[in-house]
Amino acid sequence: MCAKTLTIDGNEVSAADDATILDAATEAGIKIPTLCHLEGVYDIGACRLCLVEAVGIPKLLPACTTKVVEGMNVRTDTERIRKYRRINLELLFAERNHVCSVCVSNNHCELQTLAYNHGMDHVRYDYLFPKWAVDTTHPRYGMDHNRCILCTRCVRVCWHVEGAGTLNTAGRGARSQIIADLIQPWGEADSCTSCGKCVMACPTGALFQRGATVGEMEHDREKLEFIITAREKKQWIP
Amino acid sequence: MAKHILIDPVTRIEGHAKISIYLDDSGNVSDAEFHVVEFRGFEKFCEGRPYSEMPGICGRICGICPVSHLLASARAGDAIMAVAIPPTADKLRRLMNLGQLIQSHALSFFHLSSPDFLLGWDTPPQTRNVFGLIAANPELARAGIRLRQFGQEVIEILGGKKIHPAWAVPGGVRSSLSEQGRARILNWLPEANATTNTALELFKRVLDTHEREVKIFGNFPSLFMGLVAPDGSWEHHGGKVRFVDSSRNVIADQLEPRDYAQYIGEAVHSFSYLKSPYYRPLGDSEGMYRVGPLARLNVCDRMGTPRADKELRHFRSLGHGAVTSSFLYHYARLIELVACLEQIEQYMADPEILGGDLRADAGINQLDGVGVSEAPRGTLFHHYTVDGSGIVQRVNLIIATGQNNLAMNRTVAQIARHYLHDNQITEPLLNRVEAGIRCYDPCLSCSTHAAGQMPLQVRLVGPGGEVLSETSRD
Ligand code: SF4
Ligand code: FES
Repeated sequence: MCAKTLTIDGNEVSAADDATILDAATEAGIKIPTLCHLEGVYDIGACRLCLVEAVGIPKLLPACTTKVVEGMNVRTDTERIRKYRRINLELLFAERNHVCSVCVSNNHCELQTLAYNHGMDHVRYDYLFPKWAVDTTHPRYGMDHNRCILCTRCVRVCWHVEGAGTLNTAGRGARSQIIADLIQPWGEADSCTSCGKCVMACPTGALFQRGATVGEMEHDREKLEFIITAREKKQWIP
Repeated sequence: MAKHILIDPVTRIEGHAKISIYLDDSGNVSDAEFHVVEFRGFEKFCEGRPYSEMPGICGRICGICPVSHLLASARAGDAIMAVAIPPTADKLRRLMNLGQLIQSHALSFFHLSSPDFLLGWDTPPQTRNVFGLIAANPELARAGIRLRQFGQEVIEILGGKKIHPAWAVPGGVRSSLSEQGRARILNWLPEANATTNTALELFKRVLDTHEREVKIFGNFPSLFMGLVAPDGSWEHHGGKVRFVDSSRNVIADQLEPRDYAQYIGEAVHSFSYLKSPYYRPLGDSEGMYRVGPLARLNVCDRMGTPRADKELRHFRSLGHGAVTSSFLYHYARLIELVACLEQIEQYMADPEILGGDLRADAGINQLDGVGVSEAPRGTLFHHYTVDGSGIVQRVNLIIATGQNNLAMNRTVAQIARHYLHDNQITEPLLNRVEAGIRCYDPCLSCSTHAAGQMPLQVRLVGPGGEVLSETSRD
């Protein structure tokens, strides 16, 4: 395996040939904010939170889906990047109905944490206030489209870790939504094994344990990591 | 169809208490109307949410008594699950409600109302407030503030926050009382008791010099409604509904909260946007009832704790049958403070209070759930209808201030009859109207401006509907 060398935030870094900028940065201990990225499943570059600058390239690049190039000079935290990250966060908030104070994931939410970290004290865009339903037909889990950011982490773990293929996306643009089987109530989706991996994967309060109340929903990412490590590395490390 | 008005949140925060006083052909006060903020917005936007989220959402209805909404909502959730919650959870919820009653009653008495009768009615409004009280009687003011803190402390020890704790949930509560928490409450109890006793002594002296206020501030016959325990004693959480008339005859007893629609009607008047609840069997005008501390003391047979029962006997002597003067809401509040502290003491000695079995688990077993709890200002009903997967389809809330609305109107009219001369809205009139409304401790942000006076807007309306004069005071 040949390695590549590049510069990230002024640090000389080496990375595997097929590594992404995100991989290289993580390896070097440089933190790039992400939202749709989930360790163990492939990346789709949907959220645009991981945008970085590469010297000589005018547009911003998603770190999670851009492969490293020999000699590239990457910046992960500039004024321009922060500006666009904040815009992306505000657009996510404006698109659906995120009310942190009464959300099941309050204080355990990746979207909320990112908003805090980026100093998002208000949203400059008009909220769309769309009307979305909550699906609590599943005996164990609930799905609240109001809080979904369409990162599809749930879809990817459902297909590629559990292999059930229950969850999917339907629709276009802001009207896209996560569906179960053939746009059925989740409780009627025969393919669902009730494994709960989607709930563990969800970065917001969109997927939750039924009956969860404000701030009670902590997505158990460790369990997910355990499963993924076991699958990929054949190591069962609790 | 009821006419609903959506209240701009800005008017809730900065609003005036709007009052209209109506005159008849001969220039006498015929009626008065106090405009109260409604909560219809909440009823609407809770639709579509899972019932399990309702306590957390409903706790946000009000920053002054969030705990009351939280508890009523959790109870409605229990009803949907059709469970009996673990005994420890029930005791802990009660404990939190006692903390809520204490903090709210202390605020009402010390911060908001006592400046009126301790500093004198006609003290200029600039000093007739809690700061004036601090200047005149720093010890008392400080003790009052500490008493309120004690109530908040109880809430915080249980819920982790002073306001908006999403701690009570359908089926029980989320966390237990720790040994340290219990110790903190126990330590503070003697001081809280002492403050309450001082306030009681003081108020009894006020009574000796305030015969006129007792007569004029909302003294009229009406029904009273409140919760009572199965044995008829004072109740604040759980229990069933009882109505008494002004002679304290029990006219309905042990009514199931879930049947509230059978005995509570909600009248719509053309002159008001607010629905006025009434006792249905007697109809809209005869069925007017009051809720809150005065009502709770009138409906119960006994307080159930020794010191409060002793005070209750004295309280009873102030009425023929029921105590009908709204000025005595203040006294009732103090007696409830005594009872709350005594009950907390009992819970602190109960080993079950530290238990760890806190939450019952169940699915959706009823599509309708009613939860009731005694809020500081009166009986609070939450009624939810859900679909088979627990999504809320309809919400109805019956709130204390709404139930007291008719009585507040009567009180303002009664005060105006005595203090309105030559159609002039004077400062003494405004002061008394304000104090009359404060007897009910209505849950309006504008009535709780601890510093300074209540922002008031008073209109005098002639028999033809013409506005004769109008005064606004910020
Ligand atoms: S439900 Fe959660 S995991 Fe799935 S797309 Fe929406 S936010 Fe992402
Ligand atoms: S994490 Fe890279 S686009 Fe979402």
